[in-house]
Amino acid sequence: MDILNAIVLLLNFVVVPAAAYGAQLALGALGVTLIYGILRFSNFAHGDTMAFGTAMVILVTWGLQAMGISLGPLPTALLALPFGIALTSIFVLGTDRVVYRFYRKKRSEPIILVMASVGVMFVMNGLTRMLPGIGVNEVRFDDGARFLFSVQEFKAWTGLTEGLSLRVSQALTLIVTALCCWALFRFLNRSREGKAMRAYSDNEDLALLSGIDPERVVRLTWIIATALAVTAGTLYGLDKSFKAFNYFQILLPIFAAAIVGGLGNPLGAVAGGFIVAFSEVAITYPWKKVANYLGFEPDGLLQLLSTEYKFAVSFVILIVVLLFRPTGLFRGKSV
Amino acid sequence: MKKLLLATAAGALIAGAAGAEEIKMGISLGLTGPLESIAPPIQKGAETAMKEVSDSGKLLDGSTIVPVVADNTCIDAAASVAAVERLVTAEGVKGIMGGMCSGETIASLEKVGIPNGIVMISPSATSPALSTLDDKGFFFRTSPSDARQGEVMADIVLERGIKSVAVTFTNNDYGKGLADSFANAYKAKGGNVTVVSAHDDGKGDYSAEVAALAAAGGDALVVVGYADQGGAGIIQGSLDTGAFETFVLPDGMVNQALVDKFGAQLETSFGQNPSAEGDGHDKFAELAKAAGFDGTSAFSGEAYDAASLILLAMQAAKSSDPKVYKDKVMEIANAPGEKILPGELAKGLELLAAGTDIDYVGATSVELVEPGESSGVYREVDFKGGKLNVVGFR
Repeated sequence: MDILNAIVLLLNFVVVPAAAYGAQLALGALGVTLIYGILRFSNFAHGDTMAFGTAMVILVTWGLQAMGISLGPLPTALLALPFGIALTSIFVLGTDRVVYRFYRKKRSEPIILVMASVGVMFVMNGLTRMLPGIGVNEVRFDDGARFLFSVQEFKAWTGLTEGLSLRVSQALTLIVTALCCWALFRFLNRSREGKAMRAYSDNEDLALLSGIDPERVVRLTWIIATALAVTAGTLYGLDKSFKAFNYFQILLPIFAAAIVGGLGNPLGAVAGGFIVAFSEVAITYPWKKVANYLGFEPDGLLQLLSTEYKFAVSFVILIVVLLFRPTGLFRGKSV
Repeated sequence: MKKLLLATAAGALIAGAAGAEEIKMGISLGLTGPLESIAPPIQKGAETAMKEVSDSGKLLDGSTIVPVVADNTCIDAAASVAAVERLVTAEGVKGIMGGMCSGETIASLEKVGIPNGIVMISPSATSPALSTLDDKGFFFRTSPSDARQGEVMADIVLERGIKSVAVTFTNNDYGKGLADSFANAYKAKGGNVTVVSAHDDGKGDYSAEVAALAAAGGDALVVVGYADQGGAGIIQGSLDTGAFETFVLPDGMVNQALVDKFGAQLETSFGQNPSAEGDGHDKFAELAKAAGFDGTSAFSGEAYDAASLILLAMQAAKSSDPKVYKDKVMEIANAPGEKILPGELAKGLELLAAGTDIDYVGATSVELVEPGESSGVYREVDFKGGKLNVVGFR
């Protein structure tokens, strides 16, 4: 019984939240890694693409709600997601046309593109805050059912002293992430366009010689990365709450995830997302209660790092990986 | 020699009779910054008292008051010192209603107020650190120290039969001060505090903080935070994971926004916030309504009282010199004497001119305890039935 309680406790406070958070990071890191692999620069505007896209989804959601359309127990935002992706893609393709294409044609150093993306980041950041009803405030746009099952229900079913809850947004995050990854890997490995993207990533000039249209590959990359970013942002917003500044903050764990897995390697990005999320949660979690259930009587809380230092975990992982395995766990492009 | 004496005497007479002066009064508030939304009613509260005194024409033989407003930004101590410096050196104010936030108030008091000998009465700085600061008698506040709220909160929690709590606080002077004073009081009275940990405002996700608090355990969670910030995030996370069901909520959390957000989920939660009851409170609300602002807004009544205390102390000391009238502040604020409510400042001035003692009650039932701060009236609230209910005052 005590073992079961310890497992449920872990599931409730570590595994479920970390898995949902990890999935959101993984989707974000996939976008970063795609852009790095194919367009060859670290896109700092990715976090704010997520924020801008989520804001678009929220606006469309409000529109749908005003028309009385809903998805029953599922959040309406899911229905608004394709519209959000479309609107954001148009915007992102616009930034490519106005900003990045110029430097790509000149074959500028990657660092110049990175700095340009910092500029784009600030512009998107400002634009998001100017959207009606979004601003700098916290926005909650989750509707439908909140729980698949709550702590009270779980306790009543099992009779355990510890409870477990699973929110709709957490389950949704995991399912949507799994679907996105499956679709993306299938696309990259099987389809003609996917193969073209990989060829372009391996060698730009050879790809050009074999008849691949580079501008088409670039456009496709932006659209896929944007779709991933907006999906990640919307899931994060549904799970937690939407606040434009928070998306700027999760840029760090997203980059940590992409680099841990190996920049440019999609599989690595997914693994990296979960590694960063589980490390963050497990290192700041006090293990006292779990130890109690397992028969130990510790004096302290058994907490390795206070929760205020959560973001420091990303930094440490980043430094360790860059020191000992600069290309990441899954052998991405060297940084 | 005789002539010289005569001239000196005449000069002294003129100086004494030149009572009908124009007295400048400083108002130092965070008109921009994190509390800019509650600053305007505080400013209006202070200006209402000044106008009332000016219009009566009874202060120091008909002196008039000119308010001078300075923006202290609430968070930037250097900006606050500069703003108050300007009030004192450039404008030559005789007293200051302010500062607003604890950290900034301490800085401007130590750098400008005390060295220049200017009386500062804050309506809203509640940090316990201000109680122990050596203010040379120049600083008072019409709000109670958070040390007092910590005591009150500990009493309420214990009276409800809760013997073990976890405490989380917003990571700033206010949060830390109140959390510490509560934890000390609660332990001294026999309660058990499992953990005291900080949370930062403005984050998207508080699941890690909640997990840590849940691991430490406790029958209830004391959330010393802000209702529209991390405090609400902590409560949301606790409810989602079933970590805590009962929350103890101090002044930063008790408001309608929180009730709107969580409703019936706060069924077993309770808390307290500083609030006055009685005639003074109602009278001030009427005055405020006539002047076109909301008198029930946080610290607005305290500001009216702060400004009134300065002006009444001037009258009692028969001087607008802060070094002289500072000794009168405690005297007029406390019993014995004729009770003075908001809107009765003219009566208070008359009584003082006649040499009668007064007991200023004001909008917030002012009762100053050493070292010059309000003893504090708190209302105990609970959230039964998804509503904010006042249970009692203490």
